[in-house]
Amino acid sequence: MRKLLFESVFRQPLTERAPLPDDAAVAELATALGQAARRRLGRSLSIREVDAGSCNGCELEIHALNNAYYDVERFGLRFVASPRHADVLMVTGPVTKNMREALERTYHAMPNPKWVVAVGDCARNGGCFAGSYAVVGGVSEVVPVDLHIPGCPPAPTAMLQGLLALLERADAGAVTP
Amino acid sequence: MPSLIDLTLEGRKVGQHGPWPRVVVDAPVWTFAASELAHGRWSLLGLWGEPATVHMAIMDGQTAEIAVVSLDCPDRTFPSVGRHHPPALRLERTIDDLFGLSAQGSPDARPWLDHDRWGVRFPLGDRIDALPTAAAYRFLAADGDGLHQIAVGPVHAGIIEPGHFRFTASGETVVRLEQRLGYVHKGIDGLMTGASLERGAQLAGRTSGDSTVAYAYAFSRAAEAALDLVVPDRAVFLRALLAELERLANHLGDIGAICNDASFTLMHAHCGVLRESVLRAAGAAFGHRLMRDIIVPGGVSRDIGDGGAETIQATLDNIRLRFPALVELYDNTASLQDRTVDTGTLKPPLARQYAAGGYVGRASGRSFDARRTLAYPPYDSLRFDVPVLSEGDVNARVWIRIREVEQCVSLIDQILSRLPEGPTRKDVPLGGEVREGMAIVEGFRGDVLVWLRLRNGLIERCHMRDPSWFQWPLLEAVIENNIVADFPLCNKSFNCSYSGHDL
Repeated sequence: MRKLLFESVFRQPLTERAPLPDDAAVAELATALGQAARRRLGRSLSIREVDAGSCNGCELEIHALNNAYYDVERFGLRFVASPRHADVLMVTGPVTKNMREALERTYHAMPNPKWVVAVGDCARNGGCFAGSYAVVGGVSEVVPVDLHIPGCPPAPTAMLQGLLALLERADAGAVTP
Repeated sequence: MPSLIDLTLEGRKVGQHGPWPRVVVDAPVWTFAASELAHGRWSLLGLWGEPATVHMAIMDGQTAEIAVVSLDCPDRTFPSVGRHHPPALRLERTIDDLFGLSAQGSPDARPWLDHDRWGVRFPLGDRIDALPTAAAYRFLAADGDGLHQIAVGPVHAGIIEPGHFRFTASGETVVRLEQRLGYVHKGIDGLMTGASLERGAQLAGRTSGDSTVAYAYAFSRAAEAALDLVVPDRAVFLRALLAELERLANHLGDIGAICNDASFTLMHAHCGVLRESVLRAAGAAFGHRLMRDIIVPGGVSRDIGDGGAETIQATLDNIRLRFPALVELYDNTASLQDRTVDTGTLKPPLARQYAAGGYVGRASGRSFDARRTLAYPPYDSLRFDVPVLSEGDVNARVWIRIREVEQCVSLIDQILSRLPEGPTRKDVPLGGEVREGMAIVEGFRGDVLVWLRLRNGLIERCHMRDPSWFQWPLLEAVIENNIVADFPLCNKSFNCSYSGHDL
């Protein structure tokens, strides 16, 4: 263990430069964050992730955000265990009927101001599961969505771009009176 | 002892079912098969319904013979298999939920996937309106002094799939765990009906995201079995390459994540880096990090990209360089071993009874690996070991993964060095009026089974059985008498799929 730790002192970090915030996401957020972001949050957002019916592909890539290459915590983005601690609700999957209530309750358990980020193609409109007897549809059918990150699943870089855009807007909102 | 073949002679054989036979039997033969399962002579591979029929896939463990037996149920009932053979219980509850066919004599008639939220009952059978008021789900009782319950989920603390766990604990010790699943039920069986093969493959690849390759692989092989289609050699090898890359990435992720659940984050960080390197290589070679939608009926939708083989090779070289130090770290960290050794022990007889696949089975003495036992191409011509241990604890499940990582690296090497030239895809014929096929493919988690019936080229019925069906119930068993704090560790060492199970 000592050798591994020692090596890491001398090796270049694996963490890569941050991507630029996604332009489309910035535009989408400009309207969403106008009012709510006036409260000061600092450059930090706590994220609560809820799988509302995904195939778990999106979860794999959200997990990857925490690995050494993307290291999402360096931006002040943190995944938290309780909705009570969260500013952002990150939702994946088509919302299944069996998960609808759990999603609503998680959303309502979060303090204001709060944002909802829908991740993946299914989260927009149900994707390839739309129309099933067991599926409600996209996340916006159940809770208001501020940002959508497309992909099946979106690559970690795409998610990072979306989240950075959110952070930037939240930050800008915080300093604008 | 009757062999599976003798049993199949007892019924009416169905034509156009490949590659294994399917026979329609009567109730006594059905019940006889259930009792053979109960006596451990055969293994249950799957149990699924249709609007007026139930099917059961069974395997003779000695000879690796496989057959599907079917029973018509005009009066909407069938003799319970779960009554004799508990691994069938949840499958029977699902058949009742989806089709309204009830298992006569079953000791557990509670609903399973149906949480009374769909607005209909029996969505794939004769639909009726849902009950006006939802009855509360009855969890099984545990009686004793000072017992308390801990309810967890469906939304968990981490970034994981939803499900509910009901613990009954005596102090720190778990007396009973009961799972309540079905939260991510998307009705995939229903969406499959009437779908084209193209859409079917897309849905199959989205049944359990971490096994997207394995599902697309099994679905495509089932369709090809139904249509008597032989795919080009190059596609056969590319499919195995995709499957091994998926296995490698998942095992690396799991090894790290299990250690993380024992708060040993160093392993998690290093394994996470190796996992990411595999996903990046997959992305470079096939244009998608999880390799989704690459395997399709008839072959593969895209060939390996320019420089893809070299990128994969470089990734393997790096794993060969870095992985041994991590294995040594795992093996020599006493505080970590203290958590994993003798924790969550699955006894071999139970693994055998449930025909548990993947690392869960192989860490508990069950050597089944579809790549070896069923030897589908190209695995019949590749060299690899199937590691088997009998301790059955978290530690053994980690070690199976470690050994399989090594096997994966060797397999990918062999595949890359022998990758044949030629086309990668064949046109898929429409086939005759009715064609049926089944396939079993070894995913990273265990054997994925897909059965389908095509009519004039469209899917009439498709059923996919995730390995988790036979692993989830065992997690309930292994956590007993462990402490609550070890549950995450046990759970991660199983790493069952919620989505694959809930469908």
